[in-house]
Amino acid sequence: MSEAREFKYIGQSTIRPDGFDKVTGRANYGADLALPGMIWGKILRSPHAHANIKSLDTRRAEALPGVLAVATHSDFPSVSDQAIESGEGSLTLLDLARNVLAKDKVLYHGHAIVAVAAKTAAIAEQALALIDIEYEVLKPVLDVREAMAAGAPLLHADMFTQGLPEKPTTASNVATRLEFKMGDIEAGFSAAEVVVEREFYTPTAHQGYIEPHACTVRFEKDGQSMIWCSTQGHFDVRASTAKLLGMELGKLKVIASEIGGGFGGKTTVYLEPVALILSRKSGRPVKMIMNRDEVFKATGPGSATRSWVKIGAKKDGSITAMQGRLAYEAGAFKGSPVMMGCMTAFTPYAVANMYVEGFDVVVNKAKVAAYRAPGAPQAEFAVEMLINELAVKLGRDPIDLRLQNAAKEGTQTIYGPKLKRVGLVECLEAARDSKHYQQALAENQGRGVAAGFWFNVGGQSSVHINMNPDGTGTIVEGSPDIGGSRASMQMMAAEAMGIAPSLLKPIIGDTENVAFSAGTGGSRTTFATGMAVIEAAEDVVAQMKQRAASLWNVTAEQVDWADGVAINLAGEERLSLAEICASADRTGGQISGRGNINARGAGPSFAVHLCDVEVDKDTGKVDVVRYTAIQDAGKAIHPKYVEGQYQGGAVQGIGWALNEEYIYSKEGLLENAGFLDYRVPVASDLPMIDTIIVEVPNNFHPYGVRGVGESGIIPPLAAVGYAVEDAIGVPVTDLPLSPPRVFGLIQGSR
Amino acid sequence: MARVTFSSEQQRYTNEVACEVSAADYRELIDHITQRYPALSRADLLQMAIAIDGEIIHQPLLERIEPNSEIHFFHFVAGG
Repeated sequence: MSEAREFKYIGQSTIRPDGFDKVTGRANYGADLALPGMIWGKILRSPHAHANIKSLDTRRAEALPGVLAVATHSDFPSVSDQAIESGEGSLTLLDLARNVLAKDKVLYHGHAIVAVAAKTAAIAEQALALIDIEYEVLKPVLDVREAMAAGAPLLHADMFTQGLPEKPTTASNVATRLEFKMGDIEAGFSAAEVVVEREFYTPTAHQGYIEPHACTVRFEKDGQSMIWCSTQGHFDVRASTAKLLGMELGKLKVIASEIGGGFGGKTTVYLEPVALILSRKSGRPVKMIMNRDEVFKATGPGSATRSWVKIGAKKDGSITAMQGRLAYEAGAFKGSPVMMGCMTAFTPYAVANMYVEGFDVVVNKAKVAAYRAPGAPQAEFAVEMLINELAVKLGRDPIDLRLQNAAKEGTQTIYGPKLKRVGLVECLEAARDSKHYQQALAENQGRGVAAGFWFNVGGQSSVHINMNPDGTGTIVEGSPDIGGSRASMQMMAAEAMGIAPSLLKPIIGDTENVAFSAGTGGSRTTFATGMAVIEAAEDVVAQMKQRAASLWNVTAEQVDWADGVAINLAGEERLSLAEICASADRTGGQISGRGNINARGAGPSFAVHLCDVEVDKDTGKVDVVRYTAIQDAGKAIHPKYVEGQYQGGAVQGIGWALNEEYIYSKEGLLENAGFLDYRVPVASDLPMIDTIIVEVPNNFHPYGVRGVGESGIIPPLAAVGYAVEDAIGVPVTDLPLSPPRVFGLIQGSR
Repeated sequence: MARVTFSSEQQRYTNEVACEVSAADYRELIDHITQRYPALSRADLLQMAIAIDGEIIHQPLLERIEPNSEIHFFHFVAGG
């Protein structure tokens, strides 16, 4: 789509099709399925952060009346080292198997070791206490600095750093070293008249979804096994589980339940393969539900990071060089999103000389999982803090400075291609012109500005639309709806067919009744699955025209289609979609459209956030008093949902900036595995998050869509961080800016 | 001739930032590059996404290459 166009339905905020079921409690989530004869699975987890398993004896648990199955790592058939899909960050099948059930060694507090299935959850819990394990406790490493230091305890004796100029001869906790470069970084700094540099730290933070991981499974030896679970990608659950258990894909059906939040954290498997082993061994359906403690300890948080960034500029504000060194925690197994951090860090800027080096480092924490724009918030926290500092040093307005250096169409990125048409300049201008930015700050208040970039992705999506004899229809898509995509699919299909959205019911098909679709993540669903929906809808329209043509005894080329009505160009006749559907039995059978695509042409989305905070200098408590999220949606299919995505990303980022962090003892035990002690922001903590939707169409999508789910979490860390710095007049380097840390900064400056 | 720009990682094997290739499609492109730079792993190349004139394509097997196209290899991006 190259020009602005008029839409009939796109751009309206229609009633969400899943809303009634959710507010009345009728929607079925991961824990809501019960099957006849079902038993309960529970998992014994490591009490240590790092230990060898010297012996493991499950006999006493197996002998407990009511226990029907016990599973350990040895129940997996031998698996290969092949890479598999798991959101962002690579993960091998071997590591996945060792994460799901530990083999020989536990690598983090809460690492799963043994699973038990019993007639009741209480018996299963009782059985866990009867499992005898002898550990050799090892010193843990809990931070990239410790992990990268010479002589650090090694998590994996067979891991050698990839990406070094020379092949290493000794094992290391650094899985990979990578670099991206452009231009001449030394010449860039030589040309600079002002240089800023700092080191930054971001903590381990959890995705914080409300619904814990849960599944119900049934293994059928000779037939069709089934998994019902809460996931962002049921085809990926099928692939991972089938590979781990040596099953054919066609023998395993996965049904995605309603999902109570994922944010990237539900793009991999934890319980599902274990439950299927227990079901196979017991011959009974098995249900497993994590409690909150398990979710925090054993499911993917986002990476903690340490970053050093340096930026040089001329006195006129033109940036001449940007350099970074980013070290990301991967958790217990390699595969942090450090590559994404390297690729996104400097992309909001058109600068000739850039260099960034990244390190993927294992530590004794849960294996990280994707978290909304994986890797980008941490990297751009460092960069955007320094851009604000640079603006102060140059005596420039921070938005004006960003506008001077902003990436735009044709800007060369550090990761390869030149940008196509993007909306960063439009976002910055909207921020500059906003009511928020004109507002004066009061005493003890500070303001932060930050930008963020995310690629957005395409990928495979499958859809079919089945029409009914009364002119209603069902859209069957393969993308779990984690953020309101059913409403968007309904609207895009309605727009393409020219009928009211309410006539089309969108549902999520299971792995048997719709073809493969990649998981919901990467801000891909409204873009890619939307394209598949449009293709399926256009297929329906083409068939409608053909059927009308056959009724009128003309060719399809003599039939036009407008507003859901076929028009005979050779005469006066018209037939509505409902009339064509009603006669479908006489013109060749029912009508069904299909769209199976591997979408290309995803359009990046930039975001710019403004944050005003007020700091209580006696306690260090920070209150966000004004916040505005501005982002380029390409085209907002359903504006209320788009606003919701902007607000959700902003609030998660505010939590990361102000309060959220994993707190470990020196032994590596997680001490705040619950929402009472791991503090996420709630509505009463925050002002209204204002939004400005910028629409710079993505020319590769029929309606101009870019995707909006991820960019919104990138700017808040620096927007909040710099607002606090501005308020207290002390440099900020480490997150979260909890009251003790802010109070310490204030005290330290006195 | 299409211009292919290599990633920093690939440059360790090519010793060049970019090269010019005459190829009508993606498969020919891969053949040319792997013949010219034997140290580059064909299997690794086939795992990578490409951008043709800025348009990102994750599965480029059937892509046509225009004579003046700009091509970049980079790692597949997913997301959360």
